[in-house]
Amino acid sequence: MLANETGAVSFEGRDLSGIPAHQRTRLGMARSFQLPRPFVSMTVADNLKVPLLYAVDARKRHHHASSAIDERCTELLSLVGLADRAQKFPRDLTQVEMRKLELARAMAAEPKLLIADEAMAGLSHSEIVDIVALLIRLNERGVTVILIEHIMSAVMSFSQRLVVLVSGRKIADGRPEAVIRDPEVERAYIGQ
Amino acid sequence: MRSWTFCLISVAVAAIVFVLARLLDNDYVFFAGYTVLQFVVLSTAWNILGGYCGYVNFGTAAFFALGAYSTVFFHKTYPLPIPVLLIIAAVVSGLVGLGTGYLTLRLRGAFFAIATLALAVVLQTLVVNWNYVGGSRGAYVIRPAEVDLLILKLSYIQYLFAIMILLAVAALVIARTIERSKLGYGFATIRDDELAAEASGVPTLKLKLIATTLSGALMGMAGAPFPYYIGYLEPASAFGLPYAVNSIAMPMIGGTTTWVGPLIGTLLLGTLQQIATVTISSAVNLLLVGILLVAFVIIAPNGIVGLVQPHLRNMGWSWPRSSKLKASESASAASSRSTRST
Amino acid sequence: MYVSADLLVNALIAGLLLGGFYAAVTVGISVSFGILDIVNIAHPGFIILGSYIAYIVNAQFGLDPIVIGIIALPAFYALGAVTYQVYYVSFEKRGQEALRGLAFFFGLLFITEVMLILVFGVDYRYVNAAYVDTSYSLGLIHLPMRMVVPCLMSLLMLALLQLFLTRTFYGRAIMAVSQDQLALQLMAADPIKIKRMAFAISIATCSMAGAFLIVIQPIEPSIGREYIGRVFAICVLGGLGSIPGTLIAAMLLGIVESFTATFYGPSWGPAVSFGLLLLTLAVRPAGLLGR
Repeated sequence: MLANETGAVSFEGRDLSGIPAHQRTRLGMARSFQLPRPFVSMTVADNLKVPLLYAVDARKRHHHASSAIDERCTELLSLVGLADRAQKFPRDLTQVEMRKLELARAMAAEPKLLIADEAMAGLSHSEIVDIVALLIRLNERGVTVILIEHIMSAVMSFSQRLVVLVSGRKIADGRPEAVIRDPEVERAYIGQ
Repeated sequence: MRSWTFCLISVAVAAIVFVLARLLDNDYVFFAGYTVLQFVVLSTAWNILGGYCGYVNFGTAAFFALGAYSTVFFHKTYPLPIPVLLIIAAVVSGLVGLGTGYLTLRLRGAFFAIATLALAVVLQTLVVNWNYVGGSRGAYVIRPAEVDLLILKLSYIQYLFAIMILLAVAALVIARTIERSKLGYGFATIRDDELAAEASGVPTLKLKLIATTLSGALMGMAGAPFPYYIGYLEPASAFGLPYAVNSIAMPMIGGTTTWVGPLIGTLLLGTLQQIATVTISSAVNLLLVGILLVAFVIIAPNGIVGLVQPHLRNMGWSWPRSSKLKASESASAASSRSTRST
Repeated sequence: MYVSADLLVNALIAGLLLGGFYAAVTVGISVSFGILDIVNIAHPGFIILGSYIAYIVNAQFGLDPIVIGIIALPAFYALGAVTYQVYYVSFEKRGQEALRGLAFFFGLLFITEVMLILVFGVDYRYVNAAYVDTSYSLGLIHLPMRMVVPCLMSLLMLALLQLFLTRTFYGRAIMAVSQDQLALQLMAADPIKIKRMAFAISIATCSMAGAFLIVIQPIEPSIGREYIGRVFAICVLGGLGSIPGTLIAAMLLGIVESFTATFYGPSWGPAVSFGLLLLTLAVRPAGLLGR
């Protein structure tokens, strides 16, 4: 995380400055990486076990039985549609499957907030629809999702609230239909 | 196989080896065997930090020599039995490992590696200038003729051999237990992708410090009996390059991702070196180690284990396991091959 | 302890001269580690190789060692290019440079040292050249030529390298490759070729540094290892990839070592550089003039 120049970033009333990444995850903030970063020496299922062991257990201060962990893994894999790839290695997955693994791994940490950083870059239209549907499913389970994205179709079909940043400055913040009609936003995206 | 079962089997194997060695009634077996076993401990210890976490330690000699020189220190002050010396060495080397780690593990792996080199030289310079333990002139350590263990009398070299084989068993058990535990998972994520590990909730700094401390402590323990074994300890040999090279070459040749790799690498390379030293010369034997290291690193990056593993998989074995925690039957999704723990 | 002006000034001068030499030893690493991000711990091994080549040609043909260093430049360049190619194909491409790349270079360092022991033995070797034993005095100041000549040549080499990196196309491409490989490709320069060139240059400097080394002191195979700490200490202290930074840091280290040797004794020498390195890594890893 970059250090703030001014102001503060807080989560659930708690200031986040100086907190190491693994602590943020334990507090309930998860993120997926733009370029997927799976653990290559482990199977898909084991990739999910890591946050279950380290983020969830630490938060709840008790150990899950290994069978409970395995069940949770299977559940998450089904949620993202990777149930049949559980024992494969990341190198055997397609691009979109790796994105799903990224999201599944972020979800495995049982976050209250998920930050999906450009999860759809480089995907085809049907793949994008797939991922958006997944994110909506996650949201229906009570997880707040912050989507960082350029792809308008995804942004519009997904968002309840839309914030637009240009060169680090916030130029719009509101309901999607209103924001895209904002002249400054039009200017930023389409040019004058 | 559960950890306790493995532990018992290993101790049993160790006992059998010891008895066989005694039957051969040739002290050379014990002398040579001690060296090989010592390297089993050193390479296993190295692998915990290097193979599991991906952080290369070039300063094996530093931790080893710390253990050896603690023994020399106590030998001159107040001689203690070896088991106590082992514990002292573990504490000293472990603390130094912790300290070094704390100073440098926040940086990239490359800086950590260089720092370990620096540590070895700094420690060597300190020891060379410390006359109480002999300085550059070295220290003589007289070993007792034999040891009375109530049930049997052992010649001293056999006693040292016994200690080292138990230490080797301990190191292997520890490595194997870690590999299959939550800690092992954490280590593997650090090796694979530290950033993603942090994002998944893994406290990477804490785990790296555990690895450094444990690794250092084991190396120190390997060094503690050394002065009694060799009789004369001087900095050039205690901090010698062979320790650094071997403790890296053996795991890399054997295979760095499991506990078996260092063992295989040590047995192969150790035996090869003993033969080469006796038949050709000790300089050539070192050259051999260097060449093998470079060759394996280029051609077979996963070592011998890596070469053998795909063949074992094709035959239906799933060992070494690809899945780490004990996977219960109900949870192994739609896969044709189960990954039960062996 | 009475500190005479004489002792102080000479320790300072000796330190500066030593620093100039250290800069030559380190500049190769400034390029390979600072710019290319390759941890070539075999660098001192290449330097010692250069020293032994200077020794053997000097012993056989009587040529001046520094001249030998210059003549051997193309050979070392080629050696560097080959080494980089192996490194790239085996490790960089596969993304395994962290663990395996380090082990590779460590193995190379080790092999070099052992082969030198096998061929030359562990006795100290030295060269015969006109200026090795001469020295001049300027009042209080004592100027041994065996230190002055390498120092001056080193400064020349550094200046040439800095000019190359900042004024020529390939030099700037090398600086660029560390910052943005993709942009470089778009400018029709092959990043791999550029990196190979840079690494080859870094090894070529070893030819000169090796010649300087054997002029300054007698050598034996294990000396290379002493330099690992010095080289990386200077590199980290001086800010990776900056040649002026390397020079300043080298002089600083030279002065510190010189003072330590003069006032506390030479057996503490190695600890100084390595201790400084540990300290810098712990406190300010970006160095004095770091990026």
